[in-house]
Amino acid sequence: MPDSGINVLFLGKNFLRLLEGLWVTMRISLIAVILSIPLGILFGMFMTLKNPITRTLSRVYLEFIRIMPQLVLLFIAYFGVTRAFGWNLSAELSAVLVFTLWGTAEMGDLVRGALISIPKHQYDSAAALGMTKAQTFVFIIVPQTMRRLIPLTINLTTRMIKTTSLVVLIGITEVLKVGKQIIDANRFDYPTAALWVYGVIFALYFLACWPISSLAKKLEQRWR
Amino acid sequence: MEESIQLQVSGLKKKFGAETVLNGIDLDVHKGEVVVVLGPSGCGKSTLLRCMNGLEAPTEGIICLDGAAITSGGKNITKQRQKIGMVFQSYDLFPHKNILDNITLAPVKVQKRAKGEVEQQAEKLLKRVGLWEKRKAYPRELSGGQKQRVAIVRALCMNPEVMLFDEVTAALDPEMVREVLDVMLELAGQGMTMVIVTHEMQFARAIADRILFLDGGGIVEEAPPEQFFTNPKTQRAKDFLQTFTYEKRNKIPSEIESFERRN
Repeated sequence: MPDSGINVLFLGKNFLRLLEGLWVTMRISLIAVILSIPLGILFGMFMTLKNPITRTLSRVYLEFIRIMPQLVLLFIAYFGVTRAFGWNLSAELSAVLVFTLWGTAEMGDLVRGALISIPKHQYDSAAALGMTKAQTFVFIIVPQTMRRLIPLTINLTTRMIKTTSLVVLIGITEVLKVGKQIIDANRFDYPTAALWVYGVIFALYFLACWPISSLAKKLEQRWR
Repeated sequence: MEESIQLQVSGLKKKFGAETVLNGIDLDVHKGEVVVVLGPSGCGKSTLLRCMNGLEAPTEGIICLDGAAITSGGKNITKQRQKIGMVFQSYDLFPHKNILDNITLAPVKVQKRAKGEVEQQAEKLLKRVGLWEKRKAYPRELSGGQKQRVAIVRALCMNPEVMLFDEVTAALDPEMVREVLDVMLELAGQGMTMVIVTHEMQFARAIADRILFLDGGGIVEEAPPEQFFTNPKTQRAKDFLQTFTYEKRNKIPSEIESFERRN
């Protein structure tokens, strides 16, 4: 049965290697997400300041990160920075750095949007009840912002997990790269391996992201 | 009589940029008095109320509650606002809290009162407006009239000395206006000091001890309700009241004819 590509998955440690590849993907994206969320919340609050200087600074940062394709950012961090400053960043560290910068910008914009979407009247009626600015923020604004943010944040998390597949281009052996290696190594014995290997990778990505988005849906329903 | 003045506005001016919204308002509100502020839209009625509890800082002039000046940036402002309840046109309940929590939040967190005692008071007030069964509901599950009654209860639960109502029925369906106005009439009957901005003329006439007619940022006329509605002194007030009455116009025969021809 030379042509049954599915067998490739059970050869040697192939399946385990795919899982290890997935772990690399998940490690990079989860570290970046965990760093991006608090930094993004701070950045989002920073963006709502009325000061023209902080506004310009945050605008420039956000637009720069948004306009640059993530791949270019990865190349700048991994190849460019080493050349320019002589810092020897490992591939994985550059990846975490880039995805954190990107995640912070995106998260910040979500936080800013959620904060300014709270109607001005919520501030007024809290003030009319004698609340201080801090009490208004803690009891009224933050809980409402959180409810708006959670689905958006989870959406961003799954986007970040998917986008980490780019790190293969700075030489990190993650799940896609492992898959490619397996396919290449078995090209002659199992010509149809590609379908099965990529199929498994699809399933793995799905399994990684689906629980996260269904969690988002649940929270959204509960906090409608 | 002097010590019974609860809220005193003197020489109040308010500008937004170059635009003058209030141009020198003087007003004394006595304890237990109900003052209704009338006037065309944009005449500064809402701004006057917002200045009264420091949501807007006066450009000039001074507002005193029980003889102490209200300064919107000052340290005492949160203390003073606890004595001034305010209800807004758009209800502004907190959407993430149920009705009971909406009401008890500020008394517990701001006034540091015991939760049990506040809940007892909330129960009494909610029963009075007929909404005790809704205590676990969220604002989005209530009708506009119900939300507005909850907003009134929320303000009352702070035990305010003065209540400000800013066009509280303007966003409501006609059949829900009544239930809100009834609550306010009852409140007035109990001797609450109230300043009310409204477009409900019949209601104003029934509830007011005094009508204040504002136009162009100034007080144009000040009178007891009967006198204001039956015999206004100023032409401006007459014109204003005229806009609330309608006369049936007879259809002109030639127009009917041309209308029929066209169709």
